[in-house]
Amino acid sequence: MFRYLVRRIIGGVLVLGIVSMIVFGLFFALPADPARLACGKSCTPELMARIRHTLELDQPLAVQYGRFIKGVFVGRTYLKGTAAELHCPGPCLGYSYQTDEPVTALLKDRIPATLSIALGASVLWLLVGLTSGIVSALKRGTWIDKVSQSIALGGASLQIYFVGLVLQFIFVDKLAWFHSPGYVSPFSDPKEWAMEMILPWITLAFLLSAIYARLTRAGMLEVMSEDYVRTARAKGLTSRRINFKHVLRGAITPIVTVFGLDLGSLLGGAVITEYVFNIPGLGRLATDAVSNVDLPVIVGTVLVAAFFIVIANIVVDLFYMVLDPKVRLA
Amino acid sequence: MTPEQPASADVISIGGIEGRSPTQLAWERLKHDHTAWVSAAVVGFFVLIGLLAPVFQRLVHTSPDAFHPEALDANRGALPLGSFGGMSGVHWLGVEPRTGRDVMLRFVFGARTSLSIALTATIVATIFGVIIGLLSGFFGGKVDQVLSRIMEIVLAFPSILFALAITPVLENLLQSAGLQQGNQTRIPVMIFVIAMFGWPYIARIVRGQVISMREREFVDAARALGASRAHLIFRQILPNLWAPILVTVALNIPTFITTEAALTFLGAGVIEPTSDWGAMLLDSVPFYSVDLMYTFIPGMALFLLVLAFNLFGDSVRDALDPKSSR
Repeated sequence: MFRYLVRRIIGGVLVLGIVSMIVFGLFFALPADPARLACGKSCTPELMARIRHTLELDQPLAVQYGRFIKGVFVGRTYLKGTAAELHCPGPCLGYSYQTDEPVTALLKDRIPATLSIALGASVLWLLVGLTSGIVSALKRGTWIDKVSQSIALGGASLQIYFVGLVLQFIFVDKLAWFHSPGYVSPFSDPKEWAMEMILPWITLAFLLSAIYARLTRAGMLEVMSEDYVRTARAKGLTSRRINFKHVLRGAITPIVTVFGLDLGSLLGGAVITEYVFNIPGLGRLATDAVSNVDLPVIVGTVLVAAFFIVIANIVVDLFYMVLDPKVRLA
Repeated sequence: MTPEQPASADVISIGGIEGRSPTQLAWERLKHDHTAWVSAAVVGFFVLIGLLAPVFQRLVHTSPDAFHPEALDANRGALPLGSFGGMSGVHWLGVEPRTGRDVMLRFVFGARTSLSIALTATIVATIFGVIIGLLSGFFGGKVDQVLSRIMEIVLAFPSILFALAITPVLENLLQSAGLQQGNQTRIPVMIFVIAMFGWPYIARIVRGQVISMREREFVDAARALGASRAHLIFRQILPNLWAPILVTVALNIPTFITTEAALTFLGAGVIEPTSDWGAMLLDSVPFYSVDLMYTFIPGMALFLLVLAFNLFGDSVRDALDPKSSR
């Protein structure tokens, strides 16, 4: 188990390394000129030359990448040995062209909002998805099953950028039940935090729980026809024990997979959700950085998002080993 | 039993027992599936209005880009006159706030843009995914390891975010290759980006199928007869894969349609004056609280189209693989 974990982590680090190389290469090699982008509106040739030197853009790309990676782990110093020496402590992802703030600080600033969306919504969608899936499977063929299946199918076909606006119209503009979405720290004002987060949570949960309901139902129905469930029934176990200890456990593996990947990609920035509800999270930081062509911030947000996806993959595999004895040998 | 004829001969004479290929069986099942018919009709409807967009233009005597200030209420911040987003005999689905462009025309021409980008991306992703999947599954070993690793890396990219970020970069590249700024570069970039993140899903499924098929007797037989690798891959294995490929494609199209709309919605897609459903949704954001109809029309259409494709994909899968039936 330990060796497997180590192997997976090394694999994950390799994938991240390649992702970082591709991202770095694409964004710093291809577009017109990063120095000109960093220079802004009141740009003079001298200023541009100075920026090029300050940002070390006059170095070969491989050297730039090497220094970038070194910065991520131990920090880096720009303009070493001159009066304008600038130390960027690790993990250093450079400075925003737009605001001159360190990218790491910008990311740290935005993580709480994204974390709030992702965690709140995931609790809600797991709860709703699993419950309706379990009920559907147990009451197969009844009207409850049919209604919940139809809702699931509808939810799976809807889009955040449509439902989000419609729900905002109904619950914020017309009924005024919830506050206009945004972010305040839950530690300073937990009630306001919940009031502003609830609409994004409901929207995401409505769309995503659909997949979980379908997966849970299909998985449970499949497991219910297995021999070991018949054996459990023959042993005289209560149906509650059978359904939750045997059937649900057997059906949970694909759900864990999808959940891990969904949560992982959401943690890296709920791009569309944050855009629709105007919430200052990682996704919003990324979309703003893209429209300003703020390269260091783009690279930073893409890397953080890829990091979460890779971590989610590893965690999912570890869960497999705990849940499914067949995988443990592999 | 009647003395004249044995019953079995009777059955044979009317052709009751006849060999039917899996394709015929699947088609039979699909033909009796009402959901399949309804969802296919919905998809057909949207394709048709896209194809007939110029006819709609003739009917209402205006163009999708023409401004109609006379349909707007100058006293209310240039919102459409009348209820339901300004629906009237002249503008059947109302007009756009602030510009007064005809929503129906923008909608039918938008169907063209959205569907053709999504379908082209589907074709590109499918061809690429199938080829990579075939090679990876058939050759195994080092080839498989390298290709699988590439798929893993592509899947580790935060796709929407990366697609957003890469769009200006690729656009720059195409422009320096001589293409004009605007949709002439935007649309190829979108197709490329959508296909780039779509192919690994198809490749993985094809790869799995090929691995299970590679050692089957008919492949061995062909190999023993001295068939070339290309013959084995494309003439022996590929024809047996069309069922899973078809199902994947049917279920991929709705994902690609929504990705296209999402990219345009986030500002990395089709730009003015070309109309597109994602662009209509984006344009409607400032007005959703005063003119919900303008949000509702493209949003609802997207919902119905995706729902129909999902249902149709499920039906095709059930028809091809009765075991998966609900």
